[in-house]
Amino acid sequence: MFVYVLKRIGAAVLTLLLIMSITFFLMNAIPGSPFLTEKSTPQQIELANQKYGLDKPLVVQLKNYILNYLKGDLGVSLKMQEGTDVSKLLFHQGKFELSIKLGISAILLAIVIGIPLGCIAAYNRGSWIDGFLRVMTTVGVAIPTFVLATLLLIYFGVKHPVLPTNSGSLTDFKSMIMPIISLSFYYVCYIAKLTRTSMLDAINQDYIRTARAKGVKTRWIVLKHALRNSLIPVVTYLGPVTAGIITGSFVVESTFQIPGLGKYFVNSILSRDYPVIMATTVVLAALVIFMNLVVDIVYKMIDPRITLTNKEG
Amino acid sequence: MEDKKLLEIKDLKVSFFTPAGEVKAVDGISYSLGYDEVMGVVGESGSGKSVEAYSIIGLLQSPGKVIGGSITFEGEDVLAFSEEQMRDFRGNKVSMIFQNPMTCLNPVYTIGNQLTEAITCHDKSVSKEEARRRAIEMLTLVGINNPEKRMNQYPHEFSGGMRQRAMIAMALICKPKLLIADEPTTALDVTIQAQILEVMKDIQKEEHTSIIFITHNLGVVAEICDKVSVMYAGKIVEQGSVNDIFYNPQHPYTKGLLASMPRLDQDTHEKLIPIEGTPIDLLDPPQGCNFGPRCKECMKICLSKKPPYAQVGDEHISACWLHFKGNREE
Repeated sequence: MFVYVLKRIGAAVLTLLLIMSITFFLMNAIPGSPFLTEKSTPQQIELANQKYGLDKPLVVQLKNYILNYLKGDLGVSLKMQEGTDVSKLLFHQGKFELSIKLGISAILLAIVIGIPLGCIAAYNRGSWIDGFLRVMTTVGVAIPTFVLATLLLIYFGVKHPVLPTNSGSLTDFKSMIMPIISLSFYYVCYIAKLTRTSMLDAINQDYIRTARAKGVKTRWIVLKHALRNSLIPVVTYLGPVTAGIITGSFVVESTFQIPGLGKYFVNSILSRDYPVIMATTVVLAALVIFMNLVVDIVYKMIDPRITLTNKEG
Repeated sequence: MEDKKLLEIKDLKVSFFTPAGEVKAVDGISYSLGYDEVMGVVGESGSGKSVEAYSIIGLLQSPGKVIGGSITFEGEDVLAFSEEQMRDFRGNKVSMIFQNPMTCLNPVYTIGNQLTEAITCHDKSVSKEEARRRAIEMLTLVGINNPEKRMNQYPHEFSGGMRQRAMIAMALICKPKLLIADEPTTALDVTIQAQILEVMKDIQKEEHTSIIFITHNLGVVAEICDKVSVMYAGKIVEQGSVNDIFYNPQHPYTKGLLASMPRLDQDTHEKLIPIEGTPIDLLDPPQGCNFGPRCKECMKICLSKKPPYAQVGDEHISACWLHFKGNREE
C-alpha cells in the first residue's frame, strides 16, 4: 500500500510537470501579450517584458516557472490585478472557495437525486414512472446549461421575482438555489441514466436470484444487493466530473454573476495573464488527479475484488 | 407421518408467453414428496425441470406464468400466497441452490454477511452474535475448514466447490423442510461433484430435509435419490423408485437415457447408444406422445393421442401406449 501511494504521488508530480509544459507552450502560442493595449508604446511593452522576465527564451521561462512552483511561488499577476500574488488571487479572495462551494453542492445534489432516480426507474422498469424518468433524463442531458440557467433566471428572477438574479458570493441559501440547479441538472440526469442501466444489469445477475430465494425483501434486494454492485460506473464518472464541475462552471458563474474561479480562469486567458492561466490550470489538474485517487479508493471500498496495489503492474 | 405429504403437486401447468406464441414449459405434471425424501428430477435441457422448481418457490420470471394446477405444501396452497407470505416461505420453509456457484453469491459482501442475512431476513429477533454462531455452525457442517476466518472472506476468495458448500450452508441455515437443488453439481469438476454430493447426503441424513434434486446426470440420481421423475418436454414420462427406474425402466425414453450412459460393468468396447433426433419444438408440440417422433417403438396411436399413465408397479408409473398394447389386442 505504501509503495502504491508513493507511485501515485510520483506519477502525479510527473503529470503536473507535463501539464505545466503543455500549458506554457500553448499559452505562449496565443498571439498577443498581457501588456498590449491601444495606448502602449513598443518601449513600454519591452520594459514590462523585461520586468517580468518575458523577454527571456521560452525554455528559460518554463524552467523559472517550474523552479518557482517547486518553491511554492505561483508568481504575480501581470494584468488582472497587476503585481498581486497569484496564490493570493486564487485562494485569499474567496474565488476558489466560491467555486468549491458551488461545485460540491451541485455534485452532492446530483448524487443525492440522480442515484435514487436511477434506482426508482430500474425498479419500475417498463412502467410509466420509468418512461417519465427516461424522457426527463434524456431531455436533461440534451439541454445546454446556459439555456436552463437563462430560463430559470427569466422565470424565477424576473417574471416571478422570488429568487435573486444576482447571486453574488452565495452568502444565503436563496441565492444558491438557481446556480446549483442549473449546474447540477445535467449531472442529475446523467447519473440517473447511468444508475438505471447498471442497476438493470445487476438485477439480472444470479446473486439477485439467490437473494430472492433466501426470502430477502425486494426493496432490500435493490438497496443492498443490486445498488452496491451497480455503483462502479457511477463512481468512475463522478471522479473527473467533480473536478471539472468545480472549475468549469463558467456559464453558471457568468449568468448569476458569481465571482468564482471559472469566470476568472476565462478572463485570465482573454487578458493573457500568463501566471494566472498557469496557476489555475495546475490547480485544476491537481484536483483531477486527486479525484482520480479518491475514485480508486472508493472502488476498493465498493468492490473487495479490486486490489489497488496490483493495478499499476 | 408416513402418509402425510410434505409437497403435493397436481396437474401443474406453466407456460411462457412469448411473442412467437405460448410455450408449454410444464404441461400437467403431478407428484408428491414425503418428509425426509429425496426425489430426482431428470431430463434433458429444456424439459421443464427448472421451471417446475422455480414455480414451487415463486421465482418464475416473466413471461413465465403458472396457468393451472395446484402446489400444496404442508396443506397450504402455495399458489395462493401473497407476496409477503411467499417471501417468508422462501428460504424459511423451502430454499434453493443453483447451478453456478461462481455467480450465485454477491461478490461485494462477505460470506458471513450473506449467511447471516438468510437468518435475519426471516427473524429480526435473532441477535447478530446468535446469527453468526449459527452461520459458523452451518459452515462447519458443510465441511468448510476454519469457518471463523472464512466468515469474513469474500466469495472471490473461495473456490467453486467451497462456494457451493457455502450456498448449501446458506440454503439450510433456516432449517427448511424442502431443499430444491437445481443442478448443483453441473458446473463443478468431477472430484468436487463427488464431494458436494457427499456433503448433501450427509446433511440430508442429519437434518432430514426433503430434497428435489434436478439434474441431467443419472449417476448423481442413483447416488442420492429415493425416487425419480423422468421429464420429457414438460411432462413426467416415468416416475418410480430409484430401483424401478434403474433396473426396471418401462418408458422408451428412460431406457434410451440409461443406454446412453456409460457404465462401469460395461464391456470396454461396447458402444453407447444415443437417443436419435432432437427434442420437440415446444411452440408447436405434436398431437400425440411428445416422445413419439424420436421413439424406436413408436406406434400409430402414439402419433395421434397422448398416452395416459400406466401403473406398472407399486409406486411406479409410466406414460406410454406400449403398456396398453396387450389390453387392446385382447
